[in-house]
Amino acid sequence: MSGRPGRRFGSFLQHTIESLYDATSRVMYAESISRDTGLLQSLDPRVKLAGLLAWILAAALSAKLWVIAAILVLAVFLAGISRLPLALVAPVWVSALTFTGAIAVPAIFLTPGSSLYHVPIVDWNVTRQGLTTAAYLISRVETSATIVLLLVFTTPWTHVLKALRIFRVPIVLVVVLGMSFRYILLLLETASEMFESRQSRTVGKLSGDDQRRLAVSSVGVLITKAYQLSGEVFLAMHSRGFRGEVYVLHEFRMYRRDWTALALFGALAGGAAWAGH
Amino acid sequence: MHIPDGYLSPTTCAALYGGAAPFWYVALRRIRKALHTRLVPRLSLFSAFCFVIMMFNLPLPGGTTGHAVGVGLAPVVLGPWGAMLSLSIALVIQALFFGDGGITAIGANCFNMAIVGSLVSYGVYRAIAGRSPLVSGRRVVAAGIAGYVAINAAAFCAAIEFGIQPMLYRDAAGAPLYCPYPLSIAVPAMMIGHLTVAGLAELFVSAGVVGFLQRSDLSLLRDASGVPASVTDEEPATAGKVMRPLWVALGALMILTPLGILAGGAAWGEWLASEYADPAARQQIAASSLHQAPPGLPPKGLERLSSVWTAPFAQYAPPYVRSRAFGYLLSAMFGVGLVLLGSLAAGRFLRGRAREEAAGS
Repeated sequence: MSGRPGRRFGSFLQHTIESLYDATSRVMYAESISRDTGLLQSLDPRVKLAGLLAWILAAALSAKLWVIAAILVLAVFLAGISRLPLALVAPVWVSALTFTGAIAVPAIFLTPGSSLYHVPIVDWNVTRQGLTTAAYLISRVETSATIVLLLVFTTPWTHVLKALRIFRVPIVLVVVLGMSFRYILLLLETASEMFESRQSRTVGKLSGDDQRRLAVSSVGVLITKAYQLSGEVFLAMHSRGFRGEVYVLHEFRMYRRDWTALALFGALAGGAAWAGH
Repeated sequence: MHIPDGYLSPTTCAALYGGAAPFWYVALRRIRKALHTRLVPRLSLFSAFCFVIMMFNLPLPGGTTGHAVGVGLAPVVLGPWGAMLSLSIALVIQALFFGDGGITAIGANCFNMAIVGSLVSYGVYRAIAGRSPLVSGRRVVAAGIAGYVAINAAAFCAAIEFGIQPMLYRDAAGAPLYCPYPLSIAVPAMMIGHLTVAGLAELFVSAGVVGFLQRSDLSLLRDASGVPASVTDEEPATAGKVMRPLWVALGALMILTPLGILAGGAAWGEWLASEYADPAARQQIAASSLHQAPPGLPPKGLERLSSVWTAPFAQYAPPYVRSRAFGYLLSAMFGVGLVLLGSLAAGRFLRGRAREEAAGS
């Protein structure tokens, strides 16, 4: 980080605005791509949710690396035939690898076990158990990240939330999740605009204290806006006849291909859990 | 802090989903009762807010940046139950749609940040803020410390969850199946980052926003959500109704306590000094300790301290009760009764303080 307060301020605002825009654009992109034609896109969201979660669970339960690797290969294959672009999947792999790799690498040396290689100078031992545990961690994280990507980028988010009903999530929570998601987009936009307008009016340098004050007052303004907005939304809902009961439209329908897919997902997850035991 | 998939075993994840579920249930019942038709928009907006503030980067002293989770601020504004739900919903959305935190670990993340974090934060805030007026600087300090302590409590829980993985789950060759680091590494590794960067971010945001709201919108600090500031503020009849399923579950668990007799042997580490001399008990100890033979004589400290206090219900078998099952049941009733008495006394004390505080402000 630069020692010049002015540049620090710029980078702090820039960073916040960028992360807010990244989040918004990711949601928009996921929404647009989830409506494309492809194998997974054509399936009932409940089947995808249950089936893909079963795969994540099978990968988590497995005590054999080849089983986790097989699930990952299957997930990549599914991404391919569902026409998910590599440019979408690759950054997730890189990011998961970078984050988990940084955590997993020390385990190669720190985990006690049979030594495979002695690192001279630092006097560390690479152990078989250390390598295996690092491989477990990385492969599980990559597999789960790929599967979550499959779900999110092939299913409109409103459908994902409605599909949660199969896990007996109370309907009121499903509606709250849906509304929260919608208002996240609104608050992200509001926050971005707040920071952008502040940035456009800033000349000169701000001290660290001033930067913190700015960030904190932005949070304060945002919570006040959220509170006021919740009152307005309530009045709008109330005026349309909302009396506390929640209903969800768009009941899903299962077709033969959905039952087949569910059976396949289940069989593969069951097989993986059995093989990995 | 957001635990991804693959770091915790499915068993740990299931246990933490189980640990979080009663809190979610009670929180939803309480909030629904308090907000009624306002529940959906209020909870949605505050969940969205909790999500968004997790993306705010905060410049910290020393040139680094951090982001707050909102675990210090949310309970101050929403009360502990509202904060629990709002933070949980934000965490679910993060895991499902943004890949921040794992899906299997949603229960763990909610337990650490939304539940433990909210309860600790609210407790610390109430303890420090005391009866001070809403505009008092003491409340700013209280919010800051509450945020700092809460985020560290949540991080500590996560560290424990990480640290027990290699003790419990290994493959046939001895390689840890999940998080590879034991407690001796996981706890310091997690806590150093949270005691410094993440804790400071939470401290600044919590204290700063409470100070900001004191100047701009005091109503949000009074009781913005319409949720009782404390569970004890609710009408006793309402509270009783909400708690009914938990009472039923508690009663059922008490009746089931004699099932404990079915489990053979002593729990690991709970051996009596006399069992070190008993060959059958020694075999059991060795079998449950990876075939590590116990020392020939009981440790001296254990021998000395075990005779200091003789419990009236030793081994859950009061000496004057012949039936072992009935002894178990009686012990359960006695234990639960003691806990309830303690809770009632604490509740009465806190209710009294809350009333005095309300009268003061």
